Amino acid sequence: MSEVTSPVASVAPVAVRSARFYVTSEHHPENGTLLGFWLYLMSDCLVFACLFAMYGVLGRSYAAGPSGADLFELPLVAVNTSLLLLSSITYGVAMLEMQRNRLLATLAWLGITGLLGAGFVGVELHEFANLIHAGAGPQRSAFLSSFFTLVGTHGLHVSVGVVWLVTMMVQLTQKGLIPENRRRLLCLSMFWHFLDVVWIGVFTFVYLMGALP
Amino acid sequence: MTPPYTGTPVHTGGDAEHGPEAGAAHSSLKGYVTGFVLSVVLTAVPFWLVMSKAFDKSSTTAVVILGFAAVQIVVHMIYFLHMNTKSEGGWSLLALIFTVMIVVIALSGSLWVMYHLNHNMMPASMHDMRNMP
Repeated sequence: MSEVTSPVASVAPVAVRSARFYVTSEHHPENGTLLGFWLYLMSDCLVFACLFAMYGVLGRSYAAGPSGADLFELPLVAVNTSLLLLSSITYGVAMLEMQRNRLLATLAWLGITGLLGAGFVGVELHEFANLIHAGAGPQRSAFLSSFFTLVGTHGLHVSVGVVWLVTMMVQLTQKGLIPENRRRLLCLSMFWHFLDVVWIGVFTFVYLMGALP
Repeated sequence: MTPPYTGTPVHTGGDAEHGPEAGAAHSSLKGYVTGFVLSVVLTAVPFWLVMSKAFDKSSTTAVVILGFAAVQIVVHMIYFLHMNTKSEGGWSLLALIFTVMIVVIALSGSLWVMYHLNHNMMPASMHDMRNMP
């Protein structure tokens, strides 16, 4: 019996080892968090698609009120767009510093990203306050209701992103660049860049096309 | 009899140091800078087109800036979100394609239906209203 089993026992580990060798070359993802978060972003994308469709339907219903050409200040929108675009690349640099295992540099670039994001929210709140002060609040017309809903939802996402970013900075100072924090930072990275993608649609479809004569 | 056991082939190179990042594509400064420069150009040109009123017709400007936006979204997907056919074994790209399909149906369908609804339900002008039966 032992003479029969011993060749098997000596062959089996070799087979297993070679099998494992080939499997690893396929590069399987080790956990599904990033894919799951991507699926969340895609469903968030559907939320924004519905809001864009609503704006597309109602965006010209002014109810004898002001139109986009009367209200939108394009220089302010350009400032906002550049703030968000800059924050995208500073977050990218933070990710590169994370890959190089530099905690302080990662924290610094995350901090700059957070300031840019907070600046974006600040400018947007300033714009909203101006509109409401001028009597062009969300209750004025269907155009303004859909405008505040679409742009406000995006602004809310950016605000949540800033809160998340500050949370991550606290966690990084507490625990350092542990695998869990790296995974969370990668999710936040996708979230942040996704919001920039949505903003491309907002500034083109709402502001630039709304300001056309 | 057994072949020489040369280390564990399962954990090669620096696989252990970026475990959770295994599914994510590796980013580089060059990629981010390329994406950033392209985005700046693709943002600045539409703003300039609208603010300087480069085209006489609004519809021409609208089509052109929508084209720029579409290109910029692709640039962001590739350079910032590292979208490619390999990431997560192709599942993230599949989810993206499905989402794009739903978004296109929702947007074009809403606009199409509501345009015809407005067109058919409302009198086009005072002249039409006076001549109504």
